[in-house]
Amino acid sequence: MAFNILVCAKQVPDTNVIKINPKTGTLIRDGVPSILNNDDANALEEALRIKDEFEDVVVTVVSMGPPQAQDMLTECLAMGADEAILISDRAVGGSDTQATSNALVATIKKAEKEMGKSFDLVFAGRQAIDGDTAQVGPQVAEKLDLPQVTYVEECSLNAEMNEVTVKRNLEDGYEVIKVKTPCMLTAIKELNTPRYMTIEGIFSAKDKPTHVWSAADVEVDLSTVGLEASPTNVFRSFTPAPKGKGEMIEATSEKELVEKLLVGLKSKHVI
Amino acid sequence: MAIKVINDKCKGCTICVKACPFDAIEMKGKIAEIGAACTACGVCVAKCPFEAIEKVEDENDNGVDLSEYKDIWVFAEQRQGKLMGVALELIGEGYRLAKEISDDTKVCAVIVGDNVAHLADECYAYGAERVILIEDPLLKNFTTDGYTKVLTDAINEFKPEIVLYGATHIGRDLAPRVAARCNTGLTADCTRLDVRVSSYIDFANKNTTLDTSTLDPNDPDTGIKQTRPAFGGNLMATIICPRFRPQMSTVRPGVMQKREPVEGAKGELVEYKPTIAAADIRTEVVEIVKSAKELVSLTDAEIIVSGGRGLGNEEGFALLKDFADHIGGVLGASRAAVDAGWIDHSHQVGQTGTTVKPRIYFACGISGAIQHLAGMQGSDMIVAINKDADAPIFEVADYGLVGDLYKIIPLLKEEWDNADALFDASAK
Repeated sequence: MAFNILVCAKQVPDTNVIKINPKTGTLIRDGVPSILNNDDANALEEALRIKDEFEDVVVTVVSMGPPQAQDMLTECLAMGADEAILISDRAVGGSDTQATSNALVATIKKAEKEMGKSFDLVFAGRQAIDGDTAQVGPQVAEKLDLPQVTYVEECSLNAEMNEVTVKRNLEDGYEVIKVKTPCMLTAIKELNTPRYMTIEGIFSAKDKPTHVWSAADVEVDLSTVGLEASPTNVFRSFTPAPKGKGEMIEATSEKELVEKLLVGLKSKHVI
Repeated sequence: MAIKVINDKCKGCTICVKACPFDAIEMKGKIAEIGAACTACGVCVAKCPFEAIEKVEDENDNGVDLSEYKDIWVFAEQRQGKLMGVALELIGEGYRLAKEISDDTKVCAVIVGDNVAHLADECYAYGAERVILIEDPLLKNFTTDGYTKVLTDAINEFKPEIVLYGATHIGRDLAPRVAARCNTGLTADCTRLDVRVSSYIDFANKNTTLDTSTLDPNDPDTGIKQTRPAFGGNLMATIICPRFRPQMSTVRPGVMQKREPVEGAKGELVEYKPTIAAADIRTEVVEIVKSAKELVSLTDAEIIVSGGRGLGNEEGFALLKDFADHIGGVLGASRAAVDAGWIDHSHQVGQTGTTVKPRIYFACGISGAIQHLAGMQGSDMIVAINKDADAPIFEVADYGLVGDLYKIIPLLKEEWDNADALFDASAK
């Protein structure tokens, strides 16, 4: 029986390139590339490293998004994943993290049933750069009833392939955690350096299976997905106020300059 | 909630297509159509000159009785028996929100751990009116499974209206799991919370470009309005959770204000006996290691101290490094300083270097060429120090100091840890 790894990935706009139109206050999307979310690339890389190290490992990538997200999945296949699944349906559009995790969990369960396997390890990126919520990974784990370790910066699978030892990043250090498979791990960029696609990988990617499923295909309860089912809604959205010229500190000595600066920084809660 | 186009009124002007932050509107012939990417944010409703787009509110038909839920809970995160700073900040913020909801809404600190009862007094001192203490030897260290179970059980029993967590590596691990189990909404990494519409309007008018004319300051709604950055800080969104309870947020550490502590303050103690067994916890914490912060990259740095041509020589960077180390910052540089050979290119900030968005950016002896500004003007707070009062860097600086950085930087280092005292003295 193969060891099955699932990687949850998302196609995102490259937020480092996004600019705001100062007149209209809206995002300028023209020329903004869609990319495989950074942390998800680390999640995939870790799965591929396990595949390199152990025999008989199958890596499946799952994503939710518009049909164009297939491009990102093809990239994952070209990096070395074995197969890809995309849940794409207007019915799941506008989902918040709770509804997104419902759709993904239905897709994962469908994949297990359809392909006659169960996933031994589920990886996800810690968070996506467009939403920065870091909530979908843990919420998928909750609904699959899997233990989770988030902020994983180091990971090793034992020889029996039934337990992982991970280093979990904390603000003031780290903790070492052991957890039996199956489990969910969310990756941060310290975990590894994602590989590039190879020429061979790009050619073989088109021969690997990519399943594009609708909400009906994955048999998800439609009352649990999409905008209507999402507990949270966007009330308003806006651009931060443009930064104007600040305050020139007036003082008669360097010491006074420094003191006034520190008082200012303190009053604005930046220190 | 849903956004609908009133086809009779749509003139096909495409203003909404361009205005949509989520790229969710397409033209179907001459009429706009709302696509699947719509998050019902309502930007298009405000932008449409023909009132052809409306927001349709749903009836609450999910069986949740909102009136059953009361009080504001703060997950008072502790590590090794010490409260995290953000817990005290959230007690302060929770207190403010509670009193805006109603006089009898209380702020409650929830302390989970083993032998942590001594933390209750600190919570009271900072404003908690009630402490819910959940102790068990199995809860000594944070585990996702253990903490999720006891917190969810307590929430189901006491039914708080709002639950706030610090957006720490623990809060952001725990909160999504609890929210999923309670089947409610959660908003990540909030930087502003409001309950009263009038407070939200005040905040928006002071700090944002939001058109508040469509909001009614007398609206009796006290649902939480959670404001957070999205798209890498390029856009702010305010999120609500109108139909589910509790409303939950993780809140970025360092942004909310602690209350002035009142020594000896007392509140009501509720000891909640958790039902937890070793088998409930599926992860094993082998060890917890505290380590000094490793050198972080410029992109993730919270504080950057950058130097430019105005340093005059390579030694200037030794001075900046000394200051940066003292305040937990990372060293940056302008292109001029890199080209002069004073520092490695890896430190370069700007169009040809790294784009940075730290909490504080110190620009020392940097004139502020447009290429440099492009790489750092997204910083939350910019402090510029330069001899030349006309340097363009001052145009983007929040605080400008005209003077000799060789005198200012050592003084700044010396006085840095004294900031609290200076601030207190200035307030008197």
